[in-house]
Amino acid sequence: MKIRAIVAGAILLFIAVAALAPGVLAPTDPLAIHPLESFRPPSFEHLFGTDESGRDILTRVIHGAGASLLIGLSATAIGVSIAVVLGLLAGLGPRWLDFGTTRFLEVLFAFPGLLFALLFIVIYGPGIVTSTIAVGLATAPGYARIIRSTVLQVRRAPYLEAATVLGRGRAYRIVHHLLPNVAGSLFVLVTLGIGQSIVWASSLSYLGLGAVPPAPEWGAMLSAGRTYITSFWWMTFFPGAFIVLTAVATTLLGRSIQDRTRS
Amino acid sequence: MISVSDLTVRFARAAPVVDGISFDVAPGECFAIVGQSGSGKSVTARSLLGLSGGTVSGSVFLDSVDLVNASARQWRSIRGKEIGFVSQGALVALDPLRTVGREVGDALRLHTSLSAVEQSARIQSLLSSVGIPDPSLRASQRADELSGGLRQRAIIASAIALQPRFLIADEPTTALDSTVAAGILDLLESLRASGTGILLISHDLATVSRLASRVAVMQGGRIVESGTVDDVLRMPRHPYTRQLIAAVPAGTPRHAPLAPPPRVGNSGPGAAAPPAQPSPAVSARPGPSFPTMPPATRPGVGNEGPGAANPVAEPAVEHPGAPGPEFSTTVLAATGLVRRFGPRLAVDDVGFQLERGRTLGIVGESGSGKTTVARLVLALDKPDAGTVELFGRPWAGRDRREARIGAIYQDALSSFDPRLTVGQILSDAQTDGRSRRADVSELLELVGLDPSIAARRPRILSGGQQQRVSIARAIAPSPAILVCDEPVSSLDVIAQAQVLDLLDKLQRELGMSYLFISHDLGVIRHMSDDVLVMRDGRVLESGPTEDVFGAPQHDYTRALIAAAPTLD
Repeated sequence: MKIRAIVAGAILLFIAVAALAPGVLAPTDPLAIHPLESFRPPSFEHLFGTDESGRDILTRVIHGAGASLLIGLSATAIGVSIAVVLGLLAGLGPRWLDFGTTRFLEVLFAFPGLLFALLFIVIYGPGIVTSTIAVGLATAPGYARIIRSTVLQVRRAPYLEAATVLGRGRAYRIVHHLLPNVAGSLFVLVTLGIGQSIVWASSLSYLGLGAVPPAPEWGAMLSAGRTYITSFWWMTFFPGAFIVLTAVATTLLGRSIQDRTRS
Repeated sequence: MISVSDLTVRFARAAPVVDGISFDVAPGECFAIVGQSGSGKSVTARSLLGLSGGTVSGSVFLDSVDLVNASARQWRSIRGKEIGFVSQGALVALDPLRTVGREVGDALRLHTSLSAVEQSARIQSLLSSVGIPDPSLRASQRADELSGGLRQRAIIASAIALQPRFLIADEPTTALDSTVAAGILDLLESLRASGTGILLISHDLATVSRLASRVAVMQGGRIVESGTVDDVLRMPRHPYTRQLIAAVPAGTPRHAPLAPPPRVGNSGPGAAAPPAQPSPAVSARPGPSFPTMPPATRPGVGNEGPGAANPVAEPAVEHPGAPGPEFSTTVLAATGLVRRFGPRLAVDDVGFQLERGRTLGIVGESGSGKTTVARLVLALDKPDAGTVELFGRPWAGRDRREARIGAIYQDALSSFDPRLTVGQILSDAQTDGRSRRADVSELLELVGLDPSIAARRPRILSGGQQQRVSIARAIAPSPAILVCDEPVSSLDVIAQAQVLDLLDKLQRELGMSYLFISHDLGVIRHMSDDVLVMRDGRVLESGPTEDVFGAPQHDYTRALIAAAPTLD
């Protein structure tokens, strides 16, 4: 349990350093081309090998952390913000508003998340910004539904009634008791959601709808490497491994926070 | 014969939870283990079934079978067949997705070769033998369609399905209304009379005295006293046994203390701790007269009450509502309250008056509407008809600060915001929500808690401490009226006694009026000046407590009295 959290934390710390200061871990230029060294397998010189233009894949993976993480975080932030508004409206508003919001969310749920993101990109065009917004929008209904049910649950909690008896007004109860308690479980949700957003954003890049090669973004690198997947596996393996690592690490961290808050 | 000798159970490397206890249970006998929560009694019960989950040493024999070293295979032929288990969670021990018949039939399916038809006949005869009416209908229902009492009967039915020679009953009546609990005890008694040996686990001596012939008192994992029930109750030798006996509220006069003062945090100057004289616990119990009470140790806050034992000296209490409005001491009046939930009348024409400094008890079983009355009085719910008046003015929930009405609840823990520490909770209450950092040590001392507790979170406190914190929170804004909704129902006897004593002390010191709601007749009788007996949303009977219970007019009141466990 504890070891899991420590390992996850260490992986995330490494990825965070890579995102914030990639130069520290990989001093060379991720875009520099060395045509003579193309398609080198992993070796001591190039730990993760090189790609079709002789660029060092380790360097590119490290420099890609920033873009991937930024997309994941921003998408989650967008999704959660929309969800907080919808969830609070539904959870705290009058019954008709709850009814309306819930039905709206159910309609959104009818689309598979990624399909919904694709729809958005079809309308607004590909690119990093649109794909981030698209992922954010696609994850919002899920968050909103959980926030709504948490709000409903906390709203009926005996401690809110106790606060009423003590003479606290509605606004006080919401600001001082309800929101902080909803935020607690939201924090866990967000940690769990970042990994998912990164995977989705990478999927969009892989489809060529997000970051575009030669930008060192993990999804885009996967996409570039797929042509050579049968002969030069390392071009897709390492970016893919990092997507998986990040997603697993954030999920593990989220789970252990969840376990701690529960006990 | 189950013989236990030198049984020790420990978890990991911690100190043993059960520490070298010995006893035996013969067929046709009921042996009881009594103790507070945490005394190790439930672990003892479970270790007789090989379910303690800890490291067991010592010896446990069922006749000549060594249970400590029994194999998994041996256990399968013992559990249910030789030793049946009746658990305490009547509300959770049945699978909500399966019918009662299936649940009861499990043992038959696993251990007998009866055909389906034979099984279903056997299930129905089992259900009817434990007093479940209409067994064929009930067998096809799920747990949530049964009342608490019927569920507990179904659990007993499943425990006796294979006619085990021994039954272990862990708090079999704790969650039940007293009339229902009395029925369960009668059922267990008839099983005992037909030859089943019963090990009864309970925190409540009064319950035990109804059923058991021998009793062991457990404290901190050890048996501190054992003997026949008569001997232990009449001539308790160990101080802890005396404490347990004294803590039973049934039969203890109003204002007489039930427990010695708690040892924590009563050293402060403002603590107004109960007097330093030795606990009058044992001697106080049976006497008809009030034991000597200390005079109120602080000048009461606007309290015209006499402080000492005899509240009847107060004028106007004999004729509530008789004096003119300007002299009225009525702080709370309810008239013609009606509350409907769908077609059901949860509260049907309920009216009463609460006088200053007095306690009005509302007694009734689950579903009687007493909690709905509390919610109406607190203006957490609106009546469909009728009015609530505070200090002569109509009250519907506005200006709560001026209303001076507070509340404590059965589940104190869930009434606290889980993010806050004790200090933050009390500071919030004390400063009217303006600060969560005020000094709350005086408030904590007033309820007999150590000020150092302020830094902790409520969930790590004991049930009694949690309820004290909730009392401290309720009295922080100095209310005139306190609505107490089952405040001691989830506490064990000792913690209950301490909380009741505290409430009594605070009432005398602060002059508060209590609307005291409980299903426990003993508690109500000990705490109330006047009483209201409720059933199915209606008031059956009301008046001064001793009049109502001394000469009950209504059959239901008589049934309640008969069902309430006492030591006599």
